[in-house]
Amino acid sequence: MSQVPQVRLHVKGVHLGYKRNRRNQHCGQSRIQIEGVKDRNDAKFYLGKRIAYVYRAKTLKKSRTGEMSKYRFMWGRIIATHGNNGHVRAKFTKNLPPVSIGRPVRIMLYPSNI
Amino acid sequence: MGKSRDARRRAKEAPTKPVLQTITKKIGGEKNGGERTVIVNKGPKWYPADDIKKPVPSRKHAHKPPKLRSSIKPGSVLILLAGRLQGCRVIFLKQLKSGMLLVTGPYSVNRIPLRRVNQAYVIATSTSVDVSAVDVSKFDDAYFKRVKAKKNADVMETDEEAAKYAPTEERIADQKAVDQVLVPVIEKEPLMTSYLKNRFTLRRGMNPHVMSF
Repeated sequence: MSQVPQVRLHVKGVHLGYKRNRRNQHCGQSRIQIEGVKDRNDAKFYLGKRIAYVYRAKTLKKSRTGEMSKYRFMWGRIIATHGNNGHVRAKFTKNLPPVSIGRPVRIMLYPSNI
Repeated sequence: MGKSRDARRRAKEAPTKPVLQTITKKIGGEKNGGERTVIVNKGPKWYPADDIKKPVPSRKHAHKPPKLRSSIKPGSVLILLAGRLQGCRVIFLKQLKSGMLLVTGPYSVNRIPLRRVNQAYVIATSTSVDVSAVDVSKFDDAYFKRVKAKKNADVMETDEEAAKYAPTEERIADQKAVDQVLVPVIEKEPLMTSYLKNRFTLRRGMNPHVMSF
C-alpha cells in the first residue's frame, strides 16, 4: 500500500468485549463502540459495514497487495446494534482474541448505501 | 388442482417437433440420377427403452443485475472507497449490464481512466457534471474483459514484458474522445477541476453517519 497517499476512509472504533451476560460470555460476537456514535439511531448507519481488526505480528507475511508486511487483518461485519447507547455487535470470520479488547478496530464505509 | 408448477413449465418449454433438414447432394455415376436429397442430421440409431426425464432448467441462476442506487445519476461525482484509488473522485457515466458502474476521472484531469466499479464501494455525492454530450454507447462489460497474459512456450512461464499492463491504442483513443467532451464541461465550473483532483479523506471529528455527501 506504499503508493496510496494518506487517506482515511474508515471510522475508528474500539473492541469493548464480547456479547455476554452476568456469568457467561459468547465470544462469537464482539461489542464495538464507534467514534462519534451516541445512540442506536446513529449506529444503524453502520449495520452491514465491514470491520477490520488490524494488528502487528512479528513475522513478515504477504499482504493482499502482494507486498511483505507485518500488519495483519481480521475481517468481520457489523450485524446488529447493541443497546441504546450506540454500541454495535460484530461477527468476525475468526473470533477476535481477548488481547484485542480495548484496542482499536476499523469500520469501513463499504458496502455503501449512501 | 391444476398441474404442478414444474409440469406447467415443462409444457411451456417443450420443444416443437424438429423439422428434418435435407440437402441435395450431387452423385457421380451415370445411372444414379445425378442428385439425391439426404437428411442432414439423422439422429441416434438407437433409442433408450425408457424415457429419461430431462431435469427442469433452474431459474435460480438467471443474472439479476443490482438496481442502481437512487442517489447515483449519470454525471454524479462518486467517491471510491477501496483499493488503489480509494478516496478518488470520479464521474459516473452509466450502469453496465452486469450492474457495474462505468466511471472515469476523467483521465486528463485526475489520471483515472474509464473503468468499472461496484456500486457497493462508492459514495454518491450531491455534486454532478453534465455528461449528456458524452457518447458511452460503445462501452459494455466485454470491453473491459481482461486479456490473459500469453504463456511463453519455451520457458513455461508468463512473459513478464507481455504480462505488464499497457492500454491498447483503442482504449487510448476512446479515453481521448470522452475527455474531449468532458474536460470543457468541467473547466466551465469554478473549482471543479481541483475538486476532482483531490482525494476525499475522513479527518478528526468527521462522522460519516451525520455527514451529507
